[in-house]
Amino acid sequence: MRFGAKILDLACLNHFSRVINTIAKLAKTCTLRLTDSKLYFILSDKVANGGVSMWCELCQGNFFDEFQMEGVAAEHNEIYLELVPENLSRALKTAQSAKAVKIKLTNKHCPCLRVAVELPSLTSSSRIVTHDIPVGVIPRRLWNDFREPSVPDFDVSIYLPVLKTMKSVVERMKNLSNSIVIEANLNGEMNLKIETDLVSVTTHFKDLGNPPWASEDGDQSSAEGRDPESMAEARIDIRKLQQLLAGQQVNPTKALCNIVSKRIVHFILLHEDVSLQYFIPALA
Amino acid sequence: MPLSAPPAGSGQPYLLSASLDNARHLSSLLRAVHFQDHATCFATANGLRVTVEDAKCIQANAFIQAEIFQEFAVQEESVTFRINLSVLLDCLNIFGTGSLPGTTTALRMCYRGYGHPLMLFLEEGGVVTVCKINTQEPDELLDFDFCSTKVVNKIILQSEGLREAFAELDMTSEVLQITMSPDKPYFRLSTFGNAGSAHLDYPRDSDLMEAFHCNQTQTNR
Repeated sequence: MRFGAKILDLACLNHFSRVINTIAKLAKTCTLRLTDSKLYFILSDKVANGGVSMWCELCQGNFFDEFQMEGVAAEHNEIYLELVPENLSRALKTAQSAKAVKIKLTNKHCPCLRVAVELPSLTSSSRIVTHDIPVGVIPRRLWNDFREPSVPDFDVSIYLPVLKTMKSVVERMKNLSNSIVIEANLNGEMNLKIETDLVSVTTHFKDLGNPPWASEDGDQSSAEGRDPESMAEARIDIRKLQQLLAGQQVNPTKALCNIVSKRIVHFILLHEDVSLQYFIPALA
Repeated sequence: MPLSAPPAGSGQPYLLSASLDNARHLSSLLRAVHFQDHATCFATANGLRVTVEDAKCIQANAFIQAEIFQEFAVQEESVTFRINLSVLLDCLNIFGTGSLPGTTTALRMCYRGYGHPLMLFLEEGGVVTVCKINTQEPDELLDFDFCSTKVVNKIILQSEGLREAFAELDMTSEVLQITMSPDKPYFRLSTFGNAGSAHLDYPRDSDLMEAFHCNQTQTNR
């Protein structure tokens, strides 16, 4: 099992740091899956997470100038590592004006991701800051736990409103209630609602647009033949939604959510070279 | 939902209804008196007064004149209710507190009377938020009886100067002593702390002085 990669371009490095910062805000611990073409940050839905799950996918070619990996075996050319993304995020903070960053999987005393940041120097000798981030190697027999989640059979799919507005509203609502109801219909309307003994607040978004989903097998999905005015709704933990929105440092190219009434809300945030899916289950 | 029309099927008319083009004018004033969770709102044709009290010894009043509002109508002589000020501020600031140029939050406020919630309709950039905040029985408020004929000394200062002074007060002092006098030192804030005593003097011809009417030397702690 080997892994080594290098980033030389400052823009790519900053972009990669932003992605890691977002992941760090969403998960204390997550799984990093490496293949020869992609990196994945995965959080599978456990009770400990509150049932939240995450799937973030990056094409290594968009970030790394050099990328070499050798998986556990030839037929399974992948590596699964358990890591604390906050550690990686902190290591990359020192790389804000770096000349190069090298990431390597090492096993001196225990498995680590060694992040070596080469900083600019006034003299001819270089300055290198090295961070050793402990990781856990996930054995192949557990890889099935980390499969890509399928898009749920949703009732309504809708583009999200401007994230900045949604973030402000949800942050205020978080002061007032622990849970929030997201409802949306096929007419491009979405409402965010909280209701407590003290206060009820509803924010109405209009003209959001509903993404067209091509039905893979030609069958009618549960979204077809649905009254466009009818709202699909789910009550979710407001802190999870706020964490997702707070973690977005750049406006995504596309942002949408799929709602399975009373079950789960599936968020998809697409940037040019990163896709992030986040699942928040409905509260009982 | 148009911001100006009350919801259909209302039946009972609104005792208090007001519109404000920029909700921040209201929220920034209310934030200044937000040292307790609850406030009493008192509305008359002159405007809206919001009073916050602490343990029957401090009272802060924010008064917003009717002229500040684009529309302000009170159906009875006065309308009073108690409300959770933290919740009210969270609602007024629902679209954020950052004041970006060009984006203002429009507000419409309606109250049907005793037992009804305060309704807020806020709009920014085409997004509408509707809030219903429960109201309570108004409390007895302290009447400090600041009868104007008995006023001995009165000073109006620009708050920025006072703010800087308050920020630098020696917190090891048990008391703040305020001296007002027609003679020097005119207006003095004094503390007596572990390191010694400190005095902040404001001369009567200072730029910060908006009005200075002192008849007697008076010192209070």
